[in-house]
Amino acid sequence: MITNFILAPILAHMITAILLVFFWRNIGAQRVISVTGNLIAFLLCLRLFHATGEFGYLIVQVGSWEAPFGIIFVSDTLSSIMVVLTAIVSLTVGIYSTVALNPSRIKYGYFVFFHFLVMGLLGAFLTGDIFNLYVWFEVVIISSFILLTLGGKKMQMEGAIKYVAMNMLASIIFLTAIGILYGITGTLNMADLAVKIQGIQNHGLISVTALLFFAGFGIKSAIFPLYFWLPSSYHTPPSAIAAIFGGLLTKMGIYAMIRCFTLIFQPDEFIKNVILIIAILTLVTGALGAINKRSIRRLISYLIVCHIGYLMAGIGLHTEIAFVGVIFYLIHDVIVKSNLLMMTGIIQKIRNTIDMTRLGGLYKDYPKTSVVMAVAMFSLVGIPPLSGFWPKIQFFGESLKTGHYVLLAAIIFASFITLFVMAKMWSEVFWKESPKPLTEEIDRFAGLSFIRKFALIAPVTALTFVSLYIGLNAESIYDLSHKTAEELMNPDRYINAVLNGNYGK
Amino acid sequence: MLRRSMVKLLLGLLLLGNGANIVIFLTGGLTKGKPPIIDQAEKNFTDAYADPVPQALILTAIVISFALNSFAVILLKKVYETTGSDDLDSLNIQDLDI
Repeated sequence: MITNFILAPILAHMITAILLVFFWRNIGAQRVISVTGNLIAFLLCLRLFHATGEFGYLIVQVGSWEAPFGIIFVSDTLSSIMVVLTAIVSLTVGIYSTVALNPSRIKYGYFVFFHFLVMGLLGAFLTGDIFNLYVWFEVVIISSFILLTLGGKKMQMEGAIKYVAMNMLASIIFLTAIGILYGITGTLNMADLAVKIQGIQNHGLISVTALLFFAGFGIKSAIFPLYFWLPSSYHTPPSAIAAIFGGLLTKMGIYAMIRCFTLIFQPDEFIKNVILIIAILTLVTGALGAINKRSIRRLISYLIVCHIGYLMAGIGLHTEIAFVGVIFYLIHDVIVKSNLLMMTGIIQKIRNTIDMTRLGGLYKDYPKTSVVMAVAMFSLVGIPPLSGFWPKIQFFGESLKTGHYVLLAAIIFASFITLFVMAKMWSEVFWKESPKPLTEEIDRFAGLSFIRKFALIAPVTALTFVSLYIGLNAESIYDLSHKTAEELMNPDRYINAVLNGNYGK
Repeated sequence: MLRRSMVKLLLGLLLLGNGANIVIFLTGGLTKGKPPIIDQAEKNFTDAYADPVPQALILTAIVISFALNSFAVILLKKVYETTGSDDLDSLNIQDLDI
């Protein structure tokens, strides 16, 4: 169906961000506008998701320039899932950051760039034009640069320089790849690219371009040899910013990679093997990095890297069941990672440190909050009824069936390490007696008013319930993932919808 | 880009960015004196013509890289102010503690 509605969530965030600029110094007004804008955008995103489920492909051709000539926005099931995930995370993190962030950070435009960042993410998920994807990527990274450096502490600066350098490099590689692709096909529309690329005889050049895209997106999604910027920068900004980064930014790279390697390029054995080897190395190195970390936020940074390995493994296996696993894992991972990073913020508020050796006794002091956090932590591990369990079964089954035993071993190894570090974190942070006597001054959480406590705890609880819902209602999520995987494995439907106007299911 | 000095890092990024722009420029196929305008007497292009799309792409890319580079310059200056060093290796102190 052709509808302008696709642009509504993007516009909602853009208008919110512009409105916020007018209230630059007024912190109270900024908080209200930001939460309202997030709520409206959240409802619009849900509506978009339902419409996509109902009508199949939603398409808007900007300025009525017909595809493949103009820029188009396409919402298929994968895009709409990503949009809803972004909406959930941005709403909860938005509410959380009204209290969690220092007023001085809000005064210097935190919410403005927060909304521009979310706008960029939504645009990247919805666009159907490869150059437009690049532009949205840039919108996201420039906002993320500002959010990362906001506050200007020494530690932040040190993290930021690696982050900025690596992301600029990734953009340049991505841009070069687009240039070469345009040179050999003469089009930028993703569906048209998929058609034209099949007629190209020069397979060597196509493989090289595919690998350039792989490297560009790989830096953004923090895969094995290119991930070092992530653990050295994600623990530096405040927890709210880390939550939105950890949940969504790396997943944007993964989304682009899924699009690229299902629609535009049909990977041959060589590229599949490259992806699989890198997936194995990412799983192993990420897991090993997480073992000895004392700061819980650094620990989670390494787990982000490690779990990108699962997603890469699914893309590398490139079967329908593997993609079911990828989509399911993506849904689960975005929610849980954002949640865990927000929790580190609450822990820091309570104990004024996130060093595991100096933490302890949280369960005794805050039993209810601790249970909520425990559910999220063990969802990440994938204890059976919880959400992480179901996609991992798909990965196990599929790597066994296709005979990739090394990959199977790596997946099991990474799962065990995740279990180990989460169990360690649970016993160190929550069960162990607090190593030093607690005084009133340290606990900056207990002194907050009820509304402020609510604004901190409610988002975390809400995301935990979403995790629980994903775990306990796994069948419907499985069906959704299955539908998405089917669409991904049959790119003809996407191409048909974009180029010929067959929008049906 | 692999130099330890931050200024050299920035110069490397600038060069790479310009290189990428020129790659796009070349992929358009350089054609001299053939504007993409259809002659009044004709209905379609009959001759080779210069593709205008890459120029639009480069323009966009230049604007974006201008913003990114100016941000990077300010960041480097700020890093130099807060840490008092131009050496990238000296920034790794906090990475050593686990």
